Amino acid sequence: MDRYSKHIILDEIGLKGQEKLQKAKVLVIGAGGLGCPILQYLAAAGIGQIGIVDFDIVEKSNLQRQVLYGTNSLGKNKALAAKSFLENLNDSIQITAYPIRLTHQNAVELFNKYDVIVDGTDNFETRYLVNDASLLSNKPLVYGAIYKFEGQVSIFNYKNSASYRCLFPEKKDFVSPNCSQIGVLGVLPGIIGTMQANEVLKLILGIGKLLNNKLLLYDALNYRTNVISFKRNDKAIQNVLVRKDNFHLKNNTINCSNVKEISATKALELENTQYIDVREEHELPKIELPNLTLLPLSTILKNKHRIDTSKTLVFFCKSGIRSKKAITLLELQEYAFSVKNGIQELQKQIKNEY
Amino acid sequence: MILDIKYYGLITEITNCSEEKLDFNESTFIELKALLLAKYPALETTSFQIAADNTMVNDNDKITSSNLAIMPPFAGG
Repeated sequence: MDRYSKHIILDEIGLKGQEKLQKAKVLVIGAGGLGCPILQYLAAAGIGQIGIVDFDIVEKSNLQRQVLYGTNSLGKNKALAAKSFLENLNDSIQITAYPIRLTHQNAVELFNKYDVIVDGTDNFETRYLVNDASLLSNKPLVYGAIYKFEGQVSIFNYKNSASYRCLFPEKKDFVSPNCSQIGVLGVLPGIIGTMQANEVLKLILGIGKLLNNKLLLYDALNYRTNVISFKRNDKAIQNVLVRKDNFHLKNNTINCSNVKEISATKALELENTQYIDVREEHELPKIELPNLTLLPLSTILKNKHRIDTSKTLVFFCKSGIRSKKAITLLELQEYAFSVKNGIQELQKQIKNEY
Repeated sequence: MILDIKYYGLITEITNCSEEKLDFNESTFIELKALLLAKYPALETTSFQIAADNTMVNDNDKITSSNLAIMPPFAGG
């Protein structure tokens, strides 16, 4: 118990509190900017069982803020790489890596195995999925989210408190760009993720005041900090609970299955075409194409007048996912193509041609 | 009443400021939303909530405080 001696000498924790932490089971969704500090502090604090869900792999641009990884983690799955870091940090706890994508099919069953869920994801679809699965499995959810220099922290579904849907009702066509698209101050997820870890520990220990029915807003640039109260919306929660039996049938992304895909080679052969790059403005590499329009996904709906529907429309992004989403949002499935594998493939074909 | 409005996240990129004062004499938040949408049409593409005196309000609530905050959900993590 020497490892936890600085916890144990605190009156508010003591041996009893440390045992509570040892018995606790916490599932962290997303091992990215928020997930890394959350996991690091929970493991160090001696949470007995920690689960990590992340399907993504470590890229070099993650290292500026995702502090569990180093150059030797590049290309590795984040859940597995995080597990190996944390096992070295604390060998007296059990860590389970789930190198999978969280879906409506697997979420509730997975959540049932844990006491507390922590949201460190990076998109709205998954955040609503995490919230709904927490409601259905009746687990408290510690929420954190970031935007450039600002963060939000809250606790949902705790002792009948409000849920994410009570705070922010879902608006399907609202696309907020994530950190890898618009940038983020590296230390920000460190601050917000650490606040989430703090909420998890307080919740398990039963000490202090928690952020249930409260949203903490934090601005790293000027220390503007606010705590906003909000109420449970029974109707929003009932809407999730009544669909319990059909939950696993839902698809957690907007349905892009009817978007037509086209290979880069074919995309470059088309005539009378408008090419639309939906990547954010700073994203590289830039390419040169005749009749090319830059329409970042984050602002595409308000710029849709710049799309010329008399032309053959070809959308592309980095990998071919956001371009499909753009076409779906704009409801152009019948008129537009999405370039398979996006810019990577286009660039290759352009080099071959010229 | 002179409203003292603070903006958060990507809302500040639409309003080009993180706070502003607005002279406003209608009664509910629906009317305030309409005014803001007219002033900043790009707000239409976002999702946001309004708090008054650090408490989240509903559209039909009457505006009784001048201390307002307008915030969107953040996606990033």
